[in-house]
Amino acid sequence: MKASTVSSTAAASQPANQINVNAPRKSFLARFQRWEWMLVALVVIAIVINSRLTPYFLNAQNLSRTSADFMELGLMMLPMVFIIITGNIDLSVASNLGMCASFMAVLWNLHVNIWIAAGAGLALATLGGLLNGFLIAKVKLPALVATLGTYAFFRGIAYVLLGDQAGRGYPPAFTYLGQGKIPGTLIPFSVGLFAVLAVVFGLVLHRTTFGRYIFSIGNNENASIYAGVQVARIKMTIYIVSGFMAGLAGLVLAARFGSTRPDIGTGLELTVITAAVLGGVDINGGIGTMPGAVLSLLLIGLVRFGMGLKNVQDQVQSIAIGSLLILSILLASVARTISASGLKFNWRNIATAAAFIIVFAAFFFFFFWSRAPVLKSVFG
Amino acid sequence: MSEYVLELKNIAKRFGGVEVLHGVSFGLRPGEVHALLGENGAGKSTLIKVITGIHQPDGGEIFLNDKQVHFDDPLQARLAGIAAIYQELSLCPDLNVAENIFLGRQPTTVGGSINWRKLYSEADRLLTSLGVHLDLKAKARSLSIAQMQSVEIARAFSLNARILIMDEPTSSLTLKEVAELFGLVRRLRDEGTAIIFISHRLEELFEVADRVTVLRDGSYVDTRLVKDVTRDDLVRLMVGRTISNLFPKQDVKPGEIALKVEHLSLAGIFEDINFELHKGEILGMAGLVGAGRTDVARAIFGVVPPTSGTIQIEGRQVEIKSPQQAISLGLAYVPEDRQLHGLIPAMNITSNISLPILKEYARRGWLQDKAERSAAFSAARQMEVRANSIWQLARTLSGGNQQKVVLAKWLSTKPRILILDEPTRGIDVGTKAAVHALMSNLAAEGIAILMISSELPEVLGMSDRILVMHEGQMTALFSRAEATQEKIISAATQTIKTVRAL
Repeated sequence: MKASTVSSTAAASQPANQINVNAPRKSFLARFQRWEWMLVALVVIAIVINSRLTPYFLNAQNLSRTSADFMELGLMMLPMVFIIITGNIDLSVASNLGMCASFMAVLWNLHVNIWIAAGAGLALATLGGLLNGFLIAKVKLPALVATLGTYAFFRGIAYVLLGDQAGRGYPPAFTYLGQGKIPGTLIPFSVGLFAVLAVVFGLVLHRTTFGRYIFSIGNNENASIYAGVQVARIKMTIYIVSGFMAGLAGLVLAARFGSTRPDIGTGLELTVITAAVLGGVDINGGIGTMPGAVLSLLLIGLVRFGMGLKNVQDQVQSIAIGSLLILSILLASVARTISASGLKFNWRNIATAAAFIIVFAAFFFFFFWSRAPVLKSVFG
Repeated sequence: MSEYVLELKNIAKRFGGVEVLHGVSFGLRPGEVHALLGENGAGKSTLIKVITGIHQPDGGEIFLNDKQVHFDDPLQARLAGIAAIYQELSLCPDLNVAENIFLGRQPTTVGGSINWRKLYSEADRLLTSLGVHLDLKAKARSLSIAQMQSVEIARAFSLNARILIMDEPTSSLTLKEVAELFGLVRRLRDEGTAIIFISHRLEELFEVADRVTVLRDGSYVDTRLVKDVTRDDLVRLMVGRTISNLFPKQDVKPGEIALKVEHLSLAGIFEDINFELHKGEILGMAGLVGAGRTDVARAIFGVVPPTSGTIQIEGRQVEIKSPQQAISLGLAYVPEDRQLHGLIPAMNITSNISLPILKEYARRGWLQDKAERSAAFSAARQMEVRANSIWQLARTLSGGNQQKVVLAKWLSTKPRILILDEPTRGIDVGTKAAVHALMSNLAAEGIAILMISSELPEVLGMSDRILVMHEGQMTALFSRAEATQEKIISAATQTIKTVRAL
């Protein structure tokens, strides 16, 4: 093409607008991204392995009881997904849970009505979330530092409140929160609660302006500010919600245990964050789905349950969960590399593959740590 | 044996679904300075990155001395004798000249420690052969930019570079330094080094280059001998058309006052800014980078509210504390830095466009997909955004199309006052003309436009009046008729002595 012969005014020479209005948005299933499908596959694998490992797995009673064990995690994970998508973090949730439960226990020990005590605990936890939100959204402290501070602070308050005492002897109406079942079914009340809230949180994240703002903040906070998104108010809101949900998880956990000590729920925050990240929520913010997070919680629950049935020690279970996290992230990275540039044998790919194999081996090793015959029952 | 030391054949490169190089061919002879010319977005830098192994081509072949090569990473290209020097220099400021030359490859003794004697003697030999005189023990931070470039070139030749790529090497040099650099370039050329030279200053090509290859929109246009072309030829080859009407400013009778700013100040940043902006008027804001123009715009838009002064919108005094409030008052601000402030790269075109007025596409907070989609589509169509669909992610678009998305986003808020901050920076001439036509049409519709621009022809061509700032102060306000390039430059570089009460 001879350039000099082309002469026309600008813009007019450009082809007409090429956007196709009818180009459909990807269908829901297509948007159910690869990550979620991988989780679905892992869940199926976990179910198959579990059911071959032990006849007790596919037992409705067992499933019902076990599922309740993960609901505190789930309740805290829902707002954590929001927070991580905005590019922040909340390390203080489990401490806040402890503060809420301890405050309630103290009031209960002082013969306050259990529902008033529970409400007060919930209010204190919400206040804790407000403090986090204030430090992060208004004082503009980095979320990691601010919640690392309140992580120690809230737990400290729990110990100050309860000391060496314990709250116990809660009335059945209260313990129903953690131990009861929805009438006429085997479904624990806490599971029902989580299911309803998961749907609500999922709809808010994916179907409302608030959810869209959460994604836009995580992707580009500055551009969101310029676009008139009230970034500070939204951050504040999600931290308050996170505090409230940590409080709710505290009530459910106290009800499930039937007693409260100040160290209640210690360390749960890491499992909560693990569940969110394993669910495909990008720790750098901007990316994530609620279905993915819920699937990953299910997966963690199944793996722990399976190992529990086989009497695998708790510490070993942690190793397995940790390997699972690294494994799935490696798997996604391998899949991305292959889809981007085809199979290539350079050092980086070989190193990734080696890491994958090592972690995979470690995972299996620890999964079947306790008894070798287990291998036979799976493969034999 | 072909005549070329480096030959590219039909190189294609895609990012996402967008092809940015369409079968570009390029031949480099030993002992020539070959200029690569094209507008922003023409594909020059992508081509360079393919040659240096940063990107891998999706099609086509690369031949080095008649042997087909494939670079997986920049190191392979460097080892093959291809060196590149970029605008941003990459020296370690606290290491000296000799250390920088051999950074990462210091000659060592048997024991593994650095062989200093060899390091200095090799560095000395290298610099002498280049005809550069530098103190080998001077720290890099004490050097001038031209001297730093010499060090980079020496580093390249310590790796036996036979092909040297220089990407805008003169952009921050003084005239004397440019002359020195060109002397070095000519010497290297005469010794047989092949040099690819990129510069936006056409005069320099005529001074130093032997041949020139022009790219446009990712396609190869032509290769010419520099002595056979004129400046106008090159511009036509680059743009591909005669731009008959780059500044299509229509005459609009200014209406009533849309925005009035009095004594606006932000402590330590700018002070005492006064102007009126009428409906249908384009007010240009000229000045050097850092004069405080963007800060004034951000203050008006409520990003960083002013510390004193008043703002009136359509005769009503307002106090704008947040962008959200500014948007509701009918203001829109297209920021200078598209990546940082304008765009949400990982979201799709629809979500980007709808963001400022997302609430209008929702009922009680629940998004109404249909309303959002049709609004985004018509906004994108109005701006002639080129994309596969409105669900394409913003980051996969070219710079010009990203700017169109940002404009579409702000125009969809139906602003009455539009602030444009460097609206055409870094976009190609075609899009630029489209943006200028758009501005003119918007003004004709009665929208008041405040345009910040560092490009004098743009300011002179598009503005009804021109406000000039220097170091946080307003130094002049010209009408279209009285403004000249000289007057603006002089106002932009000299402080008007303001009498301050003590």
